[in-house]
Amino acid sequence: MSEAKPTLYEQLGGEAAVNAAVDIFYRKVLSDFRINRFFDNSDIEKQAAKQKAFLTMAFGGPNNYTGTDMRTAHARFVKMGLNDSHFDAVMEHLSGTLRELKVPEELVGQVAAIAESTRADVLGK
Amino acid sequence: MTSRHITLDEQVTVCHEGETVLDAMLREGRDVPYSCRQGVCQSCMMRSLEGMPPEDSQKGLKNVLCKQNYFLACLCFPSKDMVVALSHQADFFTEATVVSKVLLNQETLLLTIQCKDALDYYAGQFVNLKRSDGLMRSYSIANSKVHTHKLTFHIRRLAGGRFSEWVHQELNVGDIISVSDPQGLCFYLPDNQGQNMLLIGTGSGLAPLAGIIEEALEQGHTGKIHLYHGSREMDGLYWIDEMQALQQHYDNFHYTPCVSRGDAPEGVATGRANDVAMAALPDLKGWRVFLCGHPDMVNQTKTQAYLNGASLKDIYSDAFHVASSSLE
Repeated sequence: MSEAKPTLYEQLGGEAAVNAAVDIFYRKVLSDFRINRFFDNSDIEKQAAKQKAFLTMAFGGPNNYTGTDMRTAHARFVKMGLNDSHFDAVMEHLSGTLRELKVPEELVGQVAAIAESTRADVLGK
Repeated sequence: MTSRHITLDEQVTVCHEGETVLDAMLREGRDVPYSCRQGVCQSCMMRSLEGMPPEDSQKGLKNVLCKQNYFLACLCFPSKDMVVALSHQADFFTEATVVSKVLLNQETLLLTIQCKDALDYYAGQFVNLKRSDGLMRSYSIANSKVHTHKLTFHIRRLAGGRFSEWVHQELNVGDIISVSDPQGLCFYLPDNQGQNMLLIGTGSGLAPLAGIIEEALEQGHTGKIHLYHGSREMDGLYWIDEMQALQQHYDNFHYTPCVSRGDAPEGVATGRANDVAMAALPDLKGWRVFLCGHPDMVNQTKTQAYLNGASLKDIYSDAFHVASSSLE
């Protein structure tokens, strides 16, 4: 029983895959007029680091994600009107990014499911 | 079993074999920042003060940070004893003598000083200049690395700015001023000389950019070098003739002065320097970008340069914040 099944993170290609994905994903998010106002005042480098942490988590990689952190971090955006339609837009870009990187559909679905699991915390529900 | 001694703020932590610097410090109850413990979030970044840290502990850090011996404590299995700092160490100062003061335009002064000790800096970095009573401000070094003892600065006079007013009016040639160790991460490294470079500066943001350009050209940079220098009006620009002369001399150097208000004479673009540059260079994929000057310009342009294709690791910036105490 020494051969363990590769994890989702390993199947996706680990950190290198996350780096490639962050670059495409964050450009999509910042260029999208539906959601880019939520990123207006933030330092892009710090933001990119957060996006990387988020994608690492969605890829099933090492993280110390807690729902409380996610809630606290997004509370002020909820006040600004952050809702399901914005979350949907981000999900759209996430799947779009993975397809651009030619990730197999089955894995795209697994990543989307992990990201989806943060919806209630992000939207403060 | 080998243990290593890690010194932080003059307190020693014993790091056992197979243990990271972060784990050792947390085990001993030291108060150090951290989050992911996996080399992703970079919260636990430290700087080695005595020599290079293990290469593996610099994974994912920007090249300018690696060069200055920054590392991630959560990835660091030390191979020798280390002395580390959490962020930048308390300043070390050297003495310098004022050599000359020349006005570049109505409000900006070219200050040249001669340092007692050679300074080890990269073109584009800044130092803190300190008056004898302790009043201190950050200024970018405006020359290349060739001059290790002689440094130049562009000091813009701010209304009510205590330090800049003093430099303009009271500081004399022959006077002594204190100079800190060079700091900052917006600097030129000669590692990829074929890379195209875009430099955008507003006002005295030209100072570090001029140093970077001088350094790059001296090092034989072969990629294109585009400089956009902006101000509201013509009288806020300076070194137009010098930059044009440089353009004549080097085929790969291109200079565009910009004014955002009023009429511009021939050879000067109308509009904000960042807008003019982004419109002229819509595809920045693979470019190295330097941004210096007004914080709003720097922040907006960082995003725009990224959306135009530049990767974040290739964007270097220095936002000039005005000290709030200047206005007191």
